Amino acid sequence: MEVKLRVRRQNEETGQKSQWSEYQVEVDDHGTVLDALIHVREYVDETLSVRCSCRSQICGSCGMQINHQMALGCKTKVQDVITDDGVITVEPMGNMGVVKDLVTDLEPFWGKVRQVKPYLQPDHQPEREYIVPNDDMESVKGAMACIMCGLCVAACNSLEVNPQFIGPAALAKNWRFLADPRDAEAQERMEYVSQPNGVWDCTHCFYCVEVCPKGVAPMELIMDTRRMAMEAGFTDNNGSRHSQAFVDTVSTYGRLDETKVAIRSVSGIGELLQFAGVGWRSFWRGKVPLRMTTIPGVYHVRRIFQQLETGPEAQRQKKKRKAMPHPSATALVGELTAPVQIPPRKDEPK
Amino acid sequence: MKFAFWTGCVAKQGAPELYQSTVASLGVLGIEVEELVGGACTGAGVLTERNPRLADALNARTFAMAEQMGLPIMTICSTCTGTMYASHERLKDEAYRAEINEILAPEGLQYNGTTEIYHLMWILVEKIGLEKLRSYVKVPLGGLNVAPFYGCYILRPSRLMDPQHHDRDTYLEQIIVALGANAVDYSGATKCCGFPLTTMNRVSALKMTGTHIAEAKDKGADLLVTPCPLCHLNLDGQQVDAAKVMGRSLDVPILHLPQLLGIAFGLDAKDLGLHRNLISPRRIFERARRMAVTSS
Repeated sequence: MEVKLRVRRQNEETGQKSQWSEYQVEVDDHGTVLDALIHVREYVDETLSVRCSCRSQICGSCGMQINHQMALGCKTKVQDVITDDGVITVEPMGNMGVVKDLVTDLEPFWGKVRQVKPYLQPDHQPEREYIVPNDDMESVKGAMACIMCGLCVAACNSLEVNPQFIGPAALAKNWRFLADPRDAEAQERMEYVSQPNGVWDCTHCFYCVEVCPKGVAPMELIMDTRRMAMEAGFTDNNGSRHSQAFVDTVSTYGRLDETKVAIRSVSGIGELLQFAGVGWRSFWRGKVPLRMTTIPGVYHVRRIFQQLETGPEAQRQKKKRKAMPHPSATALVGELTAPVQIPPRKDEPK
Repeated sequence: MKFAFWTGCVAKQGAPELYQSTVASLGVLGIEVEELVGGACTGAGVLTERNPRLADALNARTFAMAEQMGLPIMTICSTCTGTMYASHERLKDEAYRAEINEILAPEGLQYNGTTEIYHLMWILVEKIGLEKLRSYVKVPLGGLNVAPFYGCYILRPSRLMDPQHHDRDTYLEQIIVALGANAVDYSGATKCCGFPLTTMNRVSALKMTGTHIAEAKDKGADLLVTPCPLCHLNLDGQQVDAAKVMGRSLDVPILHLPQLLGIAFGLDAKDLGLHRNLISPRRIFERARRMAVTSS
C-alpha cells in the first residue's frame, strides 16, 4: 500500500523551527504508522527522529498525533487512517515540548507522576507476603493497565490552558494506589489532589478516555477520586461546594437552579463579584429566573435522593464504601480487559 | 415523526431562547413532541461522579416515562445526551436495571430498557435527512462562515456516543452546509468550552472559551453554532470576560443550533429569542435576510 506521510519536524538543539517533510512509502497492507515511520528512518531519511521500542503496544514509547488525534503509532494501522488522497499527517504529541521531530520532552510528565508518590506506602513492615483477595484488586485492575504513554496528558483540554494542572495520568496513578487495600496513605493522597490544580481542575472533556490505548479511562478515576475525597471530608473547595449545591437544588426542585449553584460554589463575596457582570447582563435578558418551580412528581425525586444520597441509610452505606470502579468505566473498559476466548484448534483433542 | 421532548434544565432557565427557537423550528421540520415535564435533571455528570446509582435512578425514571409514552426521547443539550447515554448503557445490564426498578416502583414506574435517545442534531441528519432539511430552507445562509462547536458529551467517548460509526462528529458541518453556509474548519470545534470549570478555575474556563472563539474568528467565522446550551453559557454568556483574559476583542455571536435553523427557515427573530443572546446576533440575522433578498 502506497502512503504519503506528512511529518511535522523541528529540532530544539539546532533551533530549527517547525516545518513539514513528506515521504512517499510503500507499506504492508496491515502495516502500522510506526512501521511506515521506521521504514522512512531506515531507508529514506535517517535524520527523522521517532521514539519507539516494543512496537506492540506495551512500552508506551511511540505516542504521537496521527491526523490530529493522539495515538500510539504501533496501534494505528495505515489502512485505518489513510485519507482518500493517500495521506497521513503525523505530528508530535500535544501539551509537551518537542526535543526533535516526533520525540517529545516527557520530563514534566514524569515529574507530575512522581508528585503523587506512585508506590505503595503500607503502615507497617509486612511480616510475609501480603496476599490480597482477588475481589479487592478487581477494581484496581483497569488502572494498572496504564503503560505511561502520555497520550491522555497530550490530549487533555485543561492542560492546554493550564500547564500547572497535574493531569490525567498522575491522577489515574494516584487513584490506583488510593484504591489499593495495601496502601495506608489514602487520607494524604486525597488531601493532596483536592488542592488547586488537582482533581477539581479536570474539565470533563473525555479526551483522556477517548485516546487511552489501554482503556484506563483516567477521567472516570478522577471522578471516583472526587467522590472519595468528598466522602472523606475534603470539602473546602469550590468543586465540593458545587457538587453539594447541585444535590441540594435538584433534590429540592427536581431540576437544576444554576444561579444558586454558582453562588454557593464560590468561596466568598470577592469571588462572587467576578460573576457580577455576566449575572447582570443575563438578568436583563430574562435569563435569571426569579422563582424556581418544582417539576411534577418532585416528591418521588426527593424520595430517590433520600434513599440513595441524603438519608441516614444512604450515609451509612457511603461510610462503608471504598474505592470502586466507576460503573461507566467498567462498562466501557470491559470489552478491552475481558479475557480473550481463544477457540480450540481443530486438531486439538477435546 | 414524534418524540418525547427532553428540554433539560438550562433551556427552561439560563437559555430560554433555546427552548423558544426549538419549538419554533420543530413546526417547520414537522416534528411532533410531547414534553417530558416530570423528568428530573440528568445530573449533568456531576451527580454521576458523586453517586452513579443516583444519576442512573433519576435517568431510568425519565426513560420509563418515555417508554410509557411509547416514544423515543429527543434532547437539545449535548451534556444531557451524553449523561443519559452513559446511564442508558449501564441500564442495559438486566440485574442492575432490576435493582434500579425497585427504587422506581413506589411511583408505579418500571424501565424495560427499550427507550431510544436522539439529540436534535442527530435527528436532522439520521431521521430527517439533509436533502429534506435543504428543502425547508427559505433564507439560504450563503456567504456566512459558521464555525461548529459540538460540546464534549455528545462526542466522547466515541465508542459510546457513535457506536455505529456514523461520523457524528461531522454532523454540524453537514448541517451548516445544508443550510447554505460555509463550515469553518478549526481545531476547537470538538474541544471543551470550559464551562465545567467555571467556578473551579475561572481563568482556565475563560481561556478555553476565548481560545476557541479567537481561533474560529481568525479563520473567518462570522458566528459559532452549538447544540449544547452549557457551551452556550460559556461561549456567549462569558465571552466579554473571556476577551479580557485573552487581551483581545472577540465579539462573535454564538447561536443555538435551532436558532441557526430558524434563521434559515425564515422565522422571526423574536420567535428565535435572538434578543436574549448576550453577544447580539442581529447583524447576522439582518445580513442573512439581505442576502436572501438580493439573491432572489
